[in-house]
Amino acid sequence: MEYIPNIIFAIILFAGIGYFANNVKKLVRNIKLGKDVDVSDNKPQRWKNMAYIALGQSKMVKRPIAGFLHVIVYVGFVIINIEVLEIIIDGLFGTHRIGHSVLPEALYGFLIGSFEILAVLVLVAVIIFWTRRNVIKLKRFMKSEMKGWPKSDGNIILYFEVVLMCLFLIMNATDTVFQDYNSGNVISQFIAPLFSGLSEAALHTIERAAWWIHIVGILVFLNYLYFSKHLHILLAFPNTYYGKLTPKGQFKNNATVTKEVKLMMDPNADPFAAPAEGTEAAMPEKFGASDVQDLSWVNLLNAYTCTECGRCTSECPANLTGKKLSPRKIMMDTRDRLEEVGKNIDANKGTFVDDGKQLLGDYITTEELWACTSCNACVEACPVSIDPLNIIMEMRQYLVMEQSAAPMELNNMMTNIENNGAPWPYNQMDRLNWKDE
Amino acid sequence: MSEQLIVPTMAEMMSQGKTPDILFWVGSAGSYDDRAKKITKAFVKILNKAKVNFAVLGTEESSTGDIAKRAGNEFLFQMQAMMNIELLNSYNVKRIVTCDPHSFNCLKNEYPELGGNYEVLHHTQFIKQLIDNKVIQIENSNFNGKRITFHDPCYLGRANSEYLAPRDVLSILNANLIEMKRNKSTALCCGAGGAQMFKEPEKGDKDINELRTEDALETNPDIIATGCPYCMTMMSDGVKVKEKENEIKVMDIAELIANAQNL
Repeated sequence: MEYIPNIIFAIILFAGIGYFANNVKKLVRNIKLGKDVDVSDNKPQRWKNMAYIALGQSKMVKRPIAGFLHVIVYVGFVIINIEVLEIIIDGLFGTHRIGHSVLPEALYGFLIGSFEILAVLVLVAVIIFWTRRNVIKLKRFMKSEMKGWPKSDGNIILYFEVVLMCLFLIMNATDTVFQDYNSGNVISQFIAPLFSGLSEAALHTIERAAWWIHIVGILVFLNYLYFSKHLHILLAFPNTYYGKLTPKGQFKNNATVTKEVKLMMDPNADPFAAPAEGTEAAMPEKFGASDVQDLSWVNLLNAYTCTECGRCTSECPANLTGKKLSPRKIMMDTRDRLEEVGKNIDANKGTFVDDGKQLLGDYITTEELWACTSCNACVEACPVSIDPLNIIMEMRQYLVMEQSAAPMELNNMMTNIENNGAPWPYNQMDRLNWKDE
Repeated sequence: MSEQLIVPTMAEMMSQGKTPDILFWVGSAGSYDDRAKKITKAFVKILNKAKVNFAVLGTEESSTGDIAKRAGNEFLFQMQAMMNIELLNSYNVKRIVTCDPHSFNCLKNEYPELGGNYEVLHHTQFIKQLIDNKVIQIENSNFNGKRITFHDPCYLGRANSEYLAPRDVLSILNANLIEMKRNKSTALCCGAGGAQMFKEPEKGDKDINELRTEDALETNPDIIATGCPYCMTMMSDGVKVKEKENEIKVMDIAELIANAQNL
């Protein structure tokens, strides 16, 4: 009988981790629906980017207030989770505060003391975050794409953190054994008096309850990630690693087009020649992107990484002047559509069955796509190296090359380039006239 | 003045058996747009003054295809690029300078993959070299004490991380340089990029160039400095919308340098 808590703990732990692992598998499968791209180059630079941007939060602090608060929550979250290790060992083996018996007293006290201080700092930061979203109502959290679930999602995450931090402190405060160490209870010693009238047994019950709810809460939170924008706490690392390394102004070269153009320009090429045996693909490759499968897997990883902070949108010149385009919405739409495609695959035994929908039109409108100035403000603003501009350009390419659906003025501009090598209808022979004017 | 401009073409140079040190890529705006042509001429004045051995492609030049690519027409872009690369390589071009950040970005970053490898400079970078080498010196600048604010072109700044060269060049004017609140990596676009120059904007509550002009006006400038022919159009229009065209001039950095000494 005495092992029942251990067994229950083990079951909850493995169920929690197992369900999460299963969702991670789905996540990876969904990301791999994207086209392959070669990102194996320049590994040292990639590691460096990950270290600076994700681990070092270098772009977060570009906005000092949000950046500073975020660093507190981030550091707090990572460090306090060391405590989870102790909880898991205690839970599995029925020990109590195993750390105290294996670590030197002073070190254990120092660790728990730091966790307690961080817990309070995280609480303060989270409350400020909540206030920014719900009381001050910062503009970037109030945009149209932030209505409904995205708004609740943002708040739920904050509530989770408040509850987890409170449970951690209550757990310590009601742990009479821990309070008797009188080392490391830097914060909880001030909470303990609140429970002073209670019997030893009642205190123990509260301590056990806080302990259990704390660890179950962490497992629930872990599993919540997959359904939430909060995935960034994991995906920021691969995302910054695979982020763009070339100058921001350098847009992808379409190699299929290169082959065609080279063939056209080669005077020796025979346009009527039969393709060599086995070289001809059944279908000519589609240009650009109309759905998530046409995007690269890095684009799709970007979409799952986006935590909807809206720094991109708050710097976008189109959005700032009231146009429909919002780079954040581009990322949210991409993820929503990808999730839909993933569920479709799950429901149809592993194959995607055409659902008559696509990213272009059903999620992202042409009005949004054509409002982009390609200025890279969104790319620059993103604290985790997401590139919404690349998705916009891929979709423009589809519109123009597959559908000839550019705005009329742009068609005129392109016809001019074709005819006279300039976006305006001026004769190429007049190119040097300025010299004598 | 204008008849004094010396503008050799690559074809002329080749026929004389000469090789220029650098090719001046004029670009479509610089060739045809009335306002941008003045920038082109100002830059040529600087090149002439500095006795730079340069040439232009003249009537052989054609659009880089940059705008077509941003508008989604990868095919047209690559056609233009490969034609240009064939021409540039046939002249054995090694270095290129241009007043257009869009051409600069395209030639520098997007041509190599298609076979065009050149050292490409934006004119502000080139002028900075001339200043550093003391080939161009400004004494008693005409812009002494003037309030100048610089608008970063997206394709020079964010796209290629060049924020210093234009500022370094402006610093020799002995003027009062004031930054807008959004500058360098957070500079606001003028609204022309991504082929917007050639179409009406989507529905919104303001035009982007108007918002950017407001940024500039906050610095209470005498002159808004630019480094891009499209930014020039947008900022000039913005100043007109705000009815400030009599008080505030929009000038390219090449024009400021050329005019600082009445070249």
